[in-house]
Amino acid sequence: MSERIILITGTRKGIGEALAKYYLSKGDIVIGCSRSEIEWSKNGAFENYRHFLTDVSDEKAAKEIFSFIRKKYGKLDALINNAGRASMNHSLLTPIDTMRDVFNTNTVGTFLFCREAVKLMRKEKNGRIVNFSTVAVPLKLDGEAVYAASKAAVVSLTQVLAKEFAEFGVTVNAVGPVPIKTDLIRGVPEDKIKRLLDRQAIRRYGTPEDVINVIDFFLKPESDFITGQVIYLGGV
Amino acid sequence: MKGIQDVITEQIQSYNEVADEKIDTANGEESVIYGKGSPLDSVGFVSLMLDIEQAVADELNIDITLVDARAMSQKHSPFRTIKSLAEYIGKLSEQGDE
Repeated sequence: MSERIILITGTRKGIGEALAKYYLSKGDIVIGCSRSEIEWSKNGAFENYRHFLTDVSDEKAAKEIFSFIRKKYGKLDALINNAGRASMNHSLLTPIDTMRDVFNTNTVGTFLFCREAVKLMRKEKNGRIVNFSTVAVPLKLDGEAVYAASKAAVVSLTQVLAKEFAEFGVTVNAVGPVPIKTDLIRGVPEDKIKRLLDRQAIRRYGTPEDVINVIDFFLKPESDFITGQVIYLGGV
Repeated sequence: MKGIQDVITEQIQSYNEVADEKIDTANGEESVIYGKGSPLDSVGFVSLMLDIEQAVADELNIDITLVDARAMSQKHSPFRTIKSLAEYIGKLSEQGDE
């Protein structure tokens, strides 16, 4: 089988949808997941796309996805841990259940999918894992304590798992996007976004294509010596 | 009908085909998998356990997680021999891998 098998979490909309469509357009087989149904691939619009309704922090459901991939394709070339949840509030206004939800999706989900992915990838002695962090981590943005902390954990996971998975031929890297016009930042006031953009070297919104470019780099066969790295967009 | 011990033994044989230092299976179900007398290092051990985990799932429809903190902390390692591992898998299967 020459096509790449790529698993992308959080493909219902936004960057996840763009990533799925991009890799489908490249001829790859894409497996995606989200907590609710997707519109863009209804009625088998994309032959090489398979969708699972899954909460990424649900261990049993996650294992079912990997079991499907193992039985159907026998391999996994790349995992893109895109699924994410934001909480843009002052810590004094953040319920503890929100913190649990954010950490479950962003941190627990990322770890769970990394762990299960390497079980498949180790057989081929080859694999690429790309996690999602955010510029909120290095910028230490006030009003995003929970979100930034969950994504700081993703950075730590990325760097440690890179070492643990190296002997299996699997690289683990992360991309740290700047604000991109998706639902994730829908509720953030315009002036706050403006202040954030002003802290970037290149002061503009990011685009899904900016993210795809970094992920493409990590996924290249020639990038097998690149691991444990975090690339932040916009010069942060 | 294939049993848990058969699946474990097959996976050990597959492991031995590519390993420099092979697991001695001459003692049948008492053959040592991990611990004193075994050639497995920690990475070899994890790889073999993952292979066994996947094989029992595929061939026997038993979905379990073999290597976790609970298993590693047991006084008598369930990974010591083919027999002890088969018994452990059977126990996990009955518990529904709780």
